[in-house]
Amino acid sequence: MVKIPYYPGCAVQTTARNYSISGIAVAKKLGIELVELPKWNCCGVFPSLATDDLMRHLAPIRNLIHVQEMNENGIVQNENRVITFCSMCYHTLKEANLFLKDAEKMEKINTFLEREKEFVGGVKEGYKGGVEALDFLEVLRDIVGYDRITKEVKKPLKGLKVAPYYGCLVLRPREIGIDDPENPTILEDILEALGAEVIDNPNRTQCCGSYHTVDRKDIVAKLTYDNLVYPIRNGAEVIVTCCPLCTFNLDHRQKEARKLRRDLQEIPVMYYTQLMAIAFGLDKQFWGVDLGLHYVDPKPLLKAKNLY
Amino acid sequence: MTEAEREIKEKVRIYIMGREYKVPAGLTIMKAMEYAGYRFIRSSGCRGGFCGACATIYRVKGDYKLRMALACQETVEDGMYISQIPFTPAEKPIYNLEELSPSANVFLEYYPEIAKCVSCNTCTKACPQDLEVMDYVQAALRGDFQEVASLSFDCIACGLCATRCPAEIVPYNIALLARRLYGKYVMPKAKHVEERIKEIESGKFNEEIQKLMDTGLRDLKEIYEKREIEPE
Amino acid sequence: MDLVEKVKSISGEDVLSCYQCGLCSGSCPVRFAMDLSPTQVIRLVQVGNIEKILESNTFWICSTCFACHARCPREINITRIMEALRQIRLRRDQDKISVNKIPKEELKILPPIALVSNFRKTTA
Ligand code: SF4
Ligand code: SF4
Ligand code: FES
Repeated sequence: MVKIPYYPGCAVQTTARNYSISGIAVAKKLGIELVELPKWNCCGVFPSLATDDLMRHLAPIRNLIHVQEMNENGIVQNENRVITFCSMCYHTLKEANLFLKDAEKMEKINTFLEREKEFVGGVKEGYKGGVEALDFLEVLRDIVGYDRITKEVKKPLKGLKVAPYYGCLVLRPREIGIDDPENPTILEDILEALGAEVIDNPNRTQCCGSYHTVDRKDIVAKLTYDNLVYPIRNGAEVIVTCCPLCTFNLDHRQKEARKLRRDLQEIPVMYYTQLMAIAFGLDKQFWGVDLGLHYVDPKPLLKAKNLY
Repeated sequence: MTEAEREIKEKVRIYIMGREYKVPAGLTIMKAMEYAGYRFIRSSGCRGGFCGACATIYRVKGDYKLRMALACQETVEDGMYISQIPFTPAEKPIYNLEELSPSANVFLEYYPEIAKCVSCNTCTKACPQDLEVMDYVQAALRGDFQEVASLSFDCIACGLCATRCPAEIVPYNIALLARRLYGKYVMPKAKHVEERIKEIESGKFNEEIQKLMDTGLRDLKEIYEKREIEPE
Repeated sequence: MDLVEKVKSISGEDVLSCYQCGLCSGSCPVRFAMDLSPTQVIRLVQVGNIEKILESNTFWICSTCFACHARCPREINITRIMEALRQIRLRRDQDKISVNKIPKEELKILPPIALVSNFRKTTA
């Protein structure tokens, strides 16, 4: 079992618990123990894109420092990687390192943090750089390998028609993305390893509408319609995602999308980790389908496919 | 001369809202202000570090750092520029605790602005109670009310964190909601309180209460002064 | 600093290298809700008419998806330019949304990351 620091983030602790519950169990099955950061804060969700906005870069950097501290305190040995499930967390943590390549900015941030030494719970040492953020998808591809995944499959997802959906932040910009921004394959490869039938989704890299879900549901409803209707036409029975915000928009906003265009059929949306937990034959509690978090219940489909 | 006597003999120079005063060293800010002739109508309450009324900000000559303190607790230093913050304007959403449950989004529902926290930690630096304020705001964001309650247990609602937060969050009200939820859902019920309430309701003390109500003010004062007090 | 300089310095992008091919607008998933297209926005920065952009809704509608940036043949990070425009408004304390008006039923179900990211983009 290799121990790697794990940054949960707010979403997988609340509205996306089904993601982390299934993901942690799947990782364990694959020989990776995810060790939660003893202390962490919201990553900031979106990195500031302004060159001069240092304050809004602090949040992810604090978390990178906590990984550094885990090494110093012996919680992990010489382990500078940190794994996340949420695409937004991954994106923000990864971007923080790119941002800090600028030595002047790194120094400014560390000077700001210097004074915290005086306070309880403050950061005791600045960021030294070198902590590497990994999306769990990358871990599966590069550390675990698809063959190993195939080996763990107890209940192949035969005949389950699955359309992958990536969204934006694990793919773009290129220097942050984990796969080809125009033609990614990680999700497809994993689904194939699980024995599922992969359905072509022309919209898999299109935006879900993201944070507009707070004040412009109309925009999100239109995008949700587009992002679902094409894979459904191609025969998809379930959409598979990797980001809690995409998932919310694709799943919960079906209500609004169906108000906009009545021809949209309901379709369940699940995290790839949930399908992995099912295919690995893990206990039902690790599937995350009974927590009341799905808007469209995936259970009828799973039952119809003899998977539940 | 003992250390304490010397401290009182020695004077330090402080500036109260810009005006210079010489006050004995070793006094608290509150006492020093009274020494200088101020009379507290606001910004003072318990004088013991519990009520949070005496929020104060200051800088010390030659240092850029803005510091926060409770006037009744902090001793004056030479060269302090002092100002008080008698009141922190803050919105207090109304909720009925009976109808609330500690759901993941309960804090976001009443205080959506916590999602604006940038993790700058300014609030922690401001807190005179040495609380990890940022950490409890962050725990609220992920719905962890038990963590919020335990990290904020010593909060006295002085308001200093709220005056400093760049995201305009009012941490102490969030903390209050967390502790209320904690009290309702986690803390074990105190049996003896429930029993006593039953006794009161059943009229066990009616006679004694009536007797007190019929007593005149002077006698009442005397009874009060002679009352039994638990040893400290 | 004049507004054009501000956009350039906050975004760190070289707007003059844009040759108006329109790929960004064609790639933008939320173009349908914008009154000016991303390509038009870049052009207006080039000619120095920031006021006209600030009257539009374009930079608020941008959802920070980086689709334009991924395809721009001149490798301009248009997403950063949109951020700079938002920042110009937000730094004057002009919020786009009013946090107090979000309905309670929505706050009950929205993922925290939706609110955090929205507020970062739409409030000062
Ligand atoms: S948390 Fe805020 S209100 Fe509470 S004691 Fe600390 S500074 Fe004062
Ligand atoms: S001062 Fe405000 S923004 Fe900064 S850490 Fe505290 S609550 Fe968050
Ligand atoms: S007067 Fe009550 S805390 Fe200072």
